[in-house]
Amino acid sequence: MGVLEGRFGDNILITSVDKVFDWGRSRSLWAVTFGLACCAIEMMCTGASRYDLDRFGTFFRPSPRQADLMIVSGTVTFKMASRLKRIYHQMADPKWVIAMGSCAICGGPYWQRGYSVVKGVDQIVPVDVYIPGCPPRPEALIAGLLELREKVIMKEKVLAKAAQEA
Amino acid sequence: MTTEELLEILKAKFPGLAFELAATKPDSAIRVPAEKIGEVAAFLRDEPTLRFDMLMCLSAVDRKGSFEVVYHIFSMTNGHRSVLKVFVPTEKPQVPTVGHIWRTAEWHEREAFDLMGVEFVGHPDLRRILLPDDWEGHPLRKDYKTAEEYQGLRTAYDNLNDTPDLAWELP
Repeated sequence: MGVLEGRFGDNILITSVDKVFDWGRSRSLWAVTFGLACCAIEMMCTGASRYDLDRFGTFFRPSPRQADLMIVSGTVTFKMASRLKRIYHQMADPKWVIAMGSCAICGGPYWQRGYSVVKGVDQIVPVDVYIPGCPPRPEALIAGLLELREKVIMKEKVLAKAAQEA
Repeated sequence: MTTEELLEILKAKFPGLAFELAATKPDSAIRVPAEKIGEVAAFLRDEPTLRFDMLMCLSAVDRKGSFEVVYHIFSMTNGHRSVLKVFVPTEKPQVPTVGHIWRTAEWHEREAFDLMGVEFVGHPDLRRILLPDDWEGHPLRKDYKTAEEYQGLRTAYDNLNDTPDLAWELP
């Protein structure tokens, strides 16, 4: 901890401002209300009382200006692509994106013949966490959120993990 | 009322027109000359014994060489239903609109125009309804070829290794 170690009395913690902020961000990932297809049904279910996303500090906000997180839940069509990008740009930094379900990851069942479907939302916006499934269960979405929480609060650890896997 | 009975009524009302019975399954249909579909539809709706007051569905089929426009009609007053079919050549796919007879038809015709490229003559607002306005071609045609790109995004599925660079900027 360096020079500040032991300079203050008991019950006083020392940390860096960034760490406090990241901790706060990771515990209050407000998601923009934005659903595209059947994955959105599963996402709404996750937000409702049985799975209760509020426990993890994730609320759905009606405006991208108030949101930190975009859950791309469903099939992204080419017509939707520019709108999706616009919503992403309207969100304030720092912001994160979850690609939920096969469609958002790679086009899903439309990967071959879907003339109107974007083959992966990562062609439009940067994605932090991919959640496979068609659609993923609410538990999977929660697992993805917890993974993202880890990514927000422990950047070094995540980077090290990625380097190890590469 | 069976399709055969309806055919007899139509033949009596429009003696000059070449109606045909298409004995298709599950519903047999009446083939109507394309240029007269408006008059026939108006008669079917307004004749008290028929009173086909609802267009349940209007769809288009690519028969390779011709397009088939299918009208599923229903009478809520009398409780009977029937099917009309119109054939137009692929080179000149023009069908008169029935939007002024059944308002439902306006959006259905826009959809048939959007995906199949059938042109509905007299339609008040014949724009694409599902695809973006700058889309090229009509995707449900048998000879449709998917474009390589749309607004800089690749339409084909690529492996992660050859995914193009992220398109960051707003259009």
